[in-house]
Amino acid sequence: MMTEIKSEYDVVVIGAGHNGLACAASLAKTGRKVIVIEALDSPGGACATTEFYEKFSVSSCAQWLYQLNDSVVSQMSLEQHGFELSARNIPTTVLCESGDHLTVFSDRLEGAGVSDKDKAAFKSFTKQMLKFCDVLSKAFKRRPPNLVDRSFGDVMALLGLGMKIKMLGKTDMRDLMRLGLINIYDVMEENFDNDLLKAAISLDSVMGSHMGPRSPNTVFGYLYRHMGDIYGYGRPGVSVVRGGMGQLGQSMAKAAKAMGVDIELNASVDRISIDLDKVMGVVLKDGRELRAGIVVSSADPKTTFEKFVGLANLETDTLRRVKNVRMKGDAAKLHIALDGLPNFMGLAESRLGDRLLIAPNMEYIEKAFNPSKYGKFSTSPIMDISIPSIHDSGLAPEGKHVLSAIVQYAPYDLEGGWEAGKQPFQNLLIDCLSQYYPGLKHQILSAELLTPVDIEERYLIHGGHWHHGEISLDQILMMRPFPGVSQYSTPVDGLYLSGAGTHPGGGVLGLAGLNTAKEIISQKKNRTG
Amino acid sequence: MIPHNESMMLHTPFHSRCAAACEVNLWEDWKGYTTPQVFTEVDMEYFAVRNSTGVFDLSPMTKYRITGPDSEAFINKLITRDIRKLAVDRVSYVLWCDGEGKVMDDGTIFRLSEDDYRLCCYTRALDWLMWTAEGFEVTVKEETADVAALAVQGPTSCAVFKALGFVGIELLKPFGMSRFKFSGSQVMVSRTGFTGDLGYEVWVEPSLAESFWDALFDAGKPHGIRAIGSSALDMLRIEAGFLQAGVDFIPADETIRAGRSRSPFELGLGWMVSFDKPVFNGRRALLRERAQGSRYAFVYLDVEGNKPAEHAFVYHGDQEVGTITSAAWCPTTKTNIAFAQVDAKFGRPGQSLVAEIYYERELKWTRVMAQCKVTKGALFSPDRRRQTPAPNF
Repeated sequence: MMTEIKSEYDVVVIGAGHNGLACAASLAKTGRKVIVIEALDSPGGACATTEFYEKFSVSSCAQWLYQLNDSVVSQMSLEQHGFELSARNIPTTVLCESGDHLTVFSDRLEGAGVSDKDKAAFKSFTKQMLKFCDVLSKAFKRRPPNLVDRSFGDVMALLGLGMKIKMLGKTDMRDLMRLGLINIYDVMEENFDNDLLKAAISLDSVMGSHMGPRSPNTVFGYLYRHMGDIYGYGRPGVSVVRGGMGQLGQSMAKAAKAMGVDIELNASVDRISIDLDKVMGVVLKDGRELRAGIVVSSADPKTTFEKFVGLANLETDTLRRVKNVRMKGDAAKLHIALDGLPNFMGLAESRLGDRLLIAPNMEYIEKAFNPSKYGKFSTSPIMDISIPSIHDSGLAPEGKHVLSAIVQYAPYDLEGGWEAGKQPFQNLLIDCLSQYYPGLKHQILSAELLTPVDIEERYLIHGGHWHHGEISLDQILMMRPFPGVSQYSTPVDGLYLSGAGTHPGGGVLGLAGLNTAKEIISQKKNRTG
Repeated sequence: MIPHNESMMLHTPFHSRCAAACEVNLWEDWKGYTTPQVFTEVDMEYFAVRNSTGVFDLSPMTKYRITGPDSEAFINKLITRDIRKLAVDRVSYVLWCDGEGKVMDDGTIFRLSEDDYRLCCYTRALDWLMWTAEGFEVTVKEETADVAALAVQGPTSCAVFKALGFVGIELLKPFGMSRFKFSGSQVMVSRTGFTGDLGYEVWVEPSLAESFWDALFDAGKPHGIRAIGSSALDMLRIEAGFLQAGVDFIPADETIRAGRSRSPFELGLGWMVSFDKPVFNGRRALLRERAQGSRYAFVYLDVEGNKPAEHAFVYHGDQEVGTITSAAWCPTTKTNIAFAQVDAKFGRPGQSLVAEIYYERELKWTRVMAQCKVTKGALFSPDRRRQTPAPNF
């Protein structure tokens, strides 16, 4: 159903992803008239549930929830709008071809003959990492400080961050300074003996990125992911949303509507209309024009600037930065409809609901990464597997199951193109999975592979990169998405960039949306006050 | 393309003729090309331009060809002036800025036809031009080595061209351009220059360069023609009040230290910024500067005495307020001229400042505190520079 579009809105938000909706709701709370424009036929963006085979549904983009900020849930009263977890604090089980798997709980380890030494090291490692996450999390809930035109608030934030680091004490402070920039491989070697354990932890630091365990600043990737253990809804660890991730999108949309936000689905943006360097509104592909003094784009930075604003309307230095944002996806999604309960070698039925990893050791991960640097997919890929129907029977017919896996590495720019490469890669993935799950091929009713190119086309994310840009030290904080646009405002007056491409970044956090709203509200205050 | 790796220094298409004429053998490096500083004697070369005709080889000037349906829009985003006002066969003096509104370079743009332009400038700017071209249907091609160029400047320059058979050249207006037959081909002539005098610049294919030089000097002999080097040109341009990139400002891309680049307003070139056009590089920063004020002012100084105030500090009372970037004793205006960058609070026309000049004679250094007066503009600007038809001296 089409919303009747009012002629004038205070704010047009592009994209009904979780950040767009969080931002819209926050702004509507202050009495602003807000409309959200979404090109897809359902809200949620990368929080999507799709029926990929008759009566089999799956979280078709993001599959785990582990970073969603508490305040998004509480501010929007999402629980009253249908948002519910079907499982939380889900352990991770790293599969071993011999069947001697290792299960990693948030506070302990089980199986794989893991030594007492490793068990103790795991406790102190997670404790220290959590301390570091806590320090960094302070920088996530506000706009990143601007190092050039420092405002009082920015200076205080920097001082605060510095103080927090200092307060860690000598040993931890030194460790944070040392570890923040280096690779997870070395840190794993320093701390642990067990290969499965090292692989499980290092996998967290490379998921969704174009990096291997030996890539610099992968320790930061680990901290980034585990920020959810500080403020994530359902923490610690990963959760599964009842009805799939799409249900989060639906509940956010319902909550936003209840707060007065209009949402228009199936409405593609043709361009953001600009008068010199001031935003005038948004022109839709169907020719309609929405006029507003403020436009928030939760689309990724490249889509926003290259497609909606137009490179010709940007000054060269900004344009150059837009073009140089690194955001080529290297992760694919595999969905399988299963004709029965899966059976992994040596895995107890009670562990089927775990987060299952195929990454037997760090060398395996690094070697999986290598081909992607040269435009080839991994021949021995890593997988992060979810069987959500274990926790949520609504996703598949009775007695049947769905398997969803994030698979790496699948470079966006595959040599020879994905049209030719997709089927061979899918076959390879199923063969790889069969090594741990021998009965798989007899149980497959249907399978679907989403390559980064498919993700780009389906979810309208440039490069199919789930973070809207690599999370690495050159693209975080005041460098995200690039200097000059890191505080959500852009060189076009009235145009704000939100979404995963902005600070603090991708994954399902919702903080970019909230921070953008804060920024818009405070700027208005500054202007009138 | 610019050839490279064949020898340490590149030769311009006129090199054989320059080498033959360069009696004192003083050469310098101009963006990789070896070019004469002086051919015979600086003052003689200077006076050739003011009294008869001087010829300067400006082939090393960086040249870009800009073509395609969006070339006008592309150039308008690159530069600060509004190029939409430039007609075909006209030339415009332009400058361009980075995102901070600081000058990257200045140059001239020739509109060769509807969607065909040539940009001549000091820096190598291909990277910046290519980035700026993103989003436009436009082709940018480096053609520095594909076009040979001579500046033919001075009161008798028009007469020289007439003697060469360039019929109707006297009707060419300042900043106009026209094509003339030469040796079965054609050459392009624009009424432009860097001397402030009546004068032209000639743009020829490299293969015609030597024969053109020979024909020009044959035709010019009765009109006092003489090759000039960069030292004489420097005096000429200072007298005429023209800024030199790399001397009077450092191209923004080449500055390393914060705050060392300059905006158009700070170089006295605010008149070249047009806010009445679509987005261009530096627009937002320049709007901010216009509202908040500039840091520096550019001034012309008339310095007492005859010691060029090169690199001198400038004072207002006891307070140091700036430095001098270019200075020369200029024989025609009989003035000791200097260009200075001073604190924006200073530099109103008529204001008195002091230049601290050091000079050396036979190992003895002397310091002069020379009174200076801020002049309203450049001092040398003869009628013949503007007259059309051009006077026939």
